[in-house]
Amino acid sequence: MRVTQGAFSFLPDLTDQQIRAQIEYCLRNNWAVSVEYTDDIHPRNTYWEMFGMPMFDLHDAAGVMAEINACRKTYPKHYVRVNAFDSTLGWETIRLSFLVNRPADEPGFRLRRIESHGRVQRYQIEPYAADKPAGRRY
Amino acid sequence: MNEPPGRPEGAVGEQDVLGLLADLDRDLIGLAPVKRRIRDVAALLVVDSARKAQGLPVEAPGLHMSFTGNPGTGKTTVALRMASILHRLGYVRKGHLVAVTRDDLVGQYIGHTAPKTREVLKRAMGGVLFIDEAYYLYRPENERDYGQEAIEILLQVMENQREDLVVVLAGYKERMTKFFESNPGLSSRIAHHIDFPDYSGEELMRIADLMLERMGYRFDEGARTAFEQYLQARMKQPHFANARSVRNALDRARLRHASRLFGAIAGADRDTLSTISAQDILASRVLQGVQHESAGSTNNGGGSDPC
Repeated sequence: MRVTQGAFSFLPDLTDQQIRAQIEYCLRNNWAVSVEYTDDIHPRNTYWEMFGMPMFDLHDAAGVMAEINACRKTYPKHYVRVNAFDSTLGWETIRLSFLVNRPADEPGFRLRRIESHGRVQRYQIEPYAADKPAGRRY
Repeated sequence: MNEPPGRPEGAVGEQDVLGLLADLDRDLIGLAPVKRRIRDVAALLVVDSARKAQGLPVEAPGLHMSFTGNPGTGKTTVALRMASILHRLGYVRKGHLVAVTRDDLVGQYIGHTAPKTREVLKRAMGGVLFIDEAYYLYRPENERDYGQEAIEILLQVMENQREDLVVVLAGYKERMTKFFESNPGLSSRIAHHIDFPDYSGEELMRIADLMLERMGYRFDEGARTAFEQYLQARMKQPHFANARSVRNALDRARLRHASRLFGAIAGADRDTLSTISAQDILASRVLQGVQHESAGSTNNGGGSDPC
């Protein structure tokens, strides 16, 4: 099952050229771009591992592209996303976030039905991949 | 020569470049070898873009440069111009200049250098990275110095991401030569070694005129002769820093000019306010024959000036 998180995730995967154009857009808006990765793709897993520091004061996407490629090389089977942080007063938040790498095989999510007190049904989802220990998931 | 019609997108027009070179000629005084080299580079890029239009093979030339020369010969100024020239020639994408020294590249402890250098390189991508006093990167007396690590990362990026950034190393001639001798890999990756000559007395006068014009001042006749004398005397003294010394001398002349007018400012008209006269220059210590022992001159030079 294809994971759809972040912007553009219902589109086919972005090509490097398209990623570069998106980053150029972020830099034009003075957003700080950062690269993050994870192998725990649960939708509630908000904080991914940072790959290096967020990049401030960049003028060109080449630096970010180099970082993305380094991250892909180090974690070829992880999910990698690019975040763009807007520090403008009042925003101070991530303005754009999109996936730039995903494992070839995405097994998807398991739905668990949990019997709670008084026969209340609770639901839980978890990625099948999360059964394996971190680092060996995909 | 007219440009062929239907010039492809991104191609460089010969007329633009000639205009650019004329600007350079007007704004920078002297520096003939530097201008010649910039002209060569510009010509190559124009020819390359014409070749591309004809479908001939084009290899992006390596444009990493080293600027050597005495203090105040315009290395930083030219580097700044270089960034915008290369941008207008379409060689670099953004055309900004990131000026750094050893402190910005080399970290304080193990593992600190690589991320620091990488960050600077990332910031410089799409533009020009100007490393002032590059020889400080290499400290042969300390074999555990982290400068070497910075140089290695630099080399790697200079080689692999040639289209992303242009690296300009600058520094004083002898020390740069020694630096390149101990880092042959670096030297061979730099296509253009440009030496900045010292200015002649006449060129310095023209520089002074240009600076004054920009500051909205002018010399009167006496002041011009006095300033020529001043320059002659100053050039013989130690720590003469070419254009930088001229700027400092002019700044001090402005101070004297200001304190001369101070107190009678109500009666000063536009002309008085903008004319530097001979007495403002002649009061200088250089002309009064006082040998100034320059104290506290730092090793990173730049030349210190007597008042």
